[in-house]
Amino acid sequence: MSVTTLPSSALTQRQQSWLVRLFDYKPFLIVMCLAPAIGLLTVFLTYPLGLGIWLAFTDTTIGRRGVFVGLENFQYLLSDPLWWNAVFYSVFYTAVATFGKFALGFWLALLLNNHFPFKSLLRAIVLLPWIVPTVLSALAFWWIYDPQFSIISYLLVDVLHWRTSNIDFLGTPWPARFSLIAANIWRGIPFVAISLLAGLQTISPSLYEAAMLDGASASQRFRYITFPMMMPILAIVMTFSIIFTFTDFQLVYAITRGGPVNSTHLLATLAFQRGIAGGELGEGAAIAVSMIPFLVFATLFSYFGLARRKWQQGEAND
Amino acid sequence: MTDAVAQPSAVANAAPDTMAWDSRARRVMMIYLPLSCFVLILLFPFYWMAVTAFKPNAELLNYKAHNPFWITSPTLAHIKHLLFDTAYPRWLKTTMFVAIGSTTLSLFASTLAAYAIERLRFRGSPYVGLGIYLAYLVPPSILFIPLATVVVQFGLFDSPLALILVYPTFLVPFCTWLLIGYFKSIPYELEECALVDGATRLQILRRITLPLAVPGLISAGIFSFTLSWNEFIYALAFIQSGANKTVPVAILTELVTGDVYQWGALMAGSLLGSLPVAIFYSLFVDYYVSSLTGAVKE
Repeated sequence: MSVTTLPSSALTQRQQSWLVRLFDYKPFLIVMCLAPAIGLLTVFLTYPLGLGIWLAFTDTTIGRRGVFVGLENFQYLLSDPLWWNAVFYSVFYTAVATFGKFALGFWLALLLNNHFPFKSLLRAIVLLPWIVPTVLSALAFWWIYDPQFSIISYLLVDVLHWRTSNIDFLGTPWPARFSLIAANIWRGIPFVAISLLAGLQTISPSLYEAAMLDGASASQRFRYITFPMMMPILAIVMTFSIIFTFTDFQLVYAITRGGPVNSTHLLATLAFQRGIAGGELGEGAAIAVSMIPFLVFATLFSYFGLARRKWQQGEAND
Repeated sequence: MTDAVAQPSAVANAAPDTMAWDSRARRVMMIYLPLSCFVLILLFPFYWMAVTAFKPNAELLNYKAHNPFWITSPTLAHIKHLLFDTAYPRWLKTTMFVAIGSTTLSLFASTLAAYAIERLRFRGSPYVGLGIYLAYLVPPSILFIPLATVVVQFGLFDSPLALILVYPTFLVPFCTWLLIGYFKSIPYELEECALVDGATRLQILRRITLPLAVPGLISAGIFSFTLSWNEFIYALAFIQSGANKTVPVAILTELVTGDVYQWGALMAGSLLGSLPVAIFYSLFVDYYVSSLTGAVKE
């Protein structure tokens, strides 16, 4: 590499002040360039991550330094039905919402991959739910789910006459759970669709032509070309989606705050309620830390599960 | 889900021009109909937000006499209430300040980091890149409790400055990742030429690499701006006083009061709070989509 020869030539060519020379000294420059990013991440990410794990083993509250209490917080959580409830709903929420987002997002990506007028405009419009602040669109959903003035109830009852009474979206546990999942899917579709669309566009049309010459049907082309070719991108997008759905906070906090009767608490909202609102920092941190094993497992599962399928596919085709 | 089953037929249309037998009616059924359903559902909440924001209260709560999908006598009362009777302008200003501050900070940090990782190749640079990227996978929901104690230790609790310093934790990894990809696409020969001509490293960065990377910087900037505008959990946990809140937090905690919700004002606030990002985004939508898709392709 010519890089290594440079500093010496630059030195001989010109008389430079020591400051300029210092900034042209590669190791120094590398350290200087990395310092802001690494510094910020260390102070506000790595250190808090470690601190959070430490806090989970203490009984710290707001305004009082805690002492080490071992596994007490976790033992308490294991006997706490609310925590189990939050675990159940977090897993359920992630599974159903991820499935919905990917089924509908993949479909939307396939639709957007066609040729039609105003394509780029449509693509921009479709991203809107992802762009605007989640809390603000969550407020719109809250209003849409209003027990008395819900527009969906109005449509079903007064316009279509399919039902006789308004739907109680957020008043009882199961409807509330599904309402939140629907809002999450609505918010997640654009990102999935646009990312998968990028993947679809990298698939060479010649593969489809070859398959069609061989007489493959539309469903076979999807099954044996589109799907395997999309596997790597699916794996990445799904990993991201699972992580950020599992740790979701805003939607639930904005629409139900965990209610009715704590049935829609996710681990993140429960951690907030106990840790910040309730002041039990240690317990809140323990709830947050209890998310880590699920996240690691989900990441490994989605990433390696999907990546391995891709590898097997390649093996079978060879 | 039946939707997923319907995909294969949509794929048939994905291969351009090869479907000569594809009739017009079939195309309408398979593409335009589902597509318009998607657009309708994805946009409806925004339409509903806008309609509610400009509706007088009498119409808002009486579906029998007024068609809820339309406004018979639009009013600016909700927006007027929001701008003059609440601290909304102040929240907007705080949010703007925080978003611009954290965007600047993270662009600065991640440009330098991406340049060092991609162009000043050193032993272990791929690992540093991977480490920064992994930081993106740490969700804020795990960090906010310990970060709150860190913010208190630094004496920054209830100050917008705390948000400016904390937001880079999720902005820097993303921007660095995006800019590394962008720097890769700039031919290295250009820098070599400058090196031969005796330019220093910093001169090269300022005069050659950065001007060429402007589209990448713009998209990283848009991402950072929208992400910090939309951020919620840190702003909720670290800011206590009503005046220092950001728009998303303030609408939820300051405007939602009592049992009777002021839906008109709430929706007007949501609409106004969404507009800056929507406008910002629409100005640079091409950069945005291409960088999003580009980043995924990496």
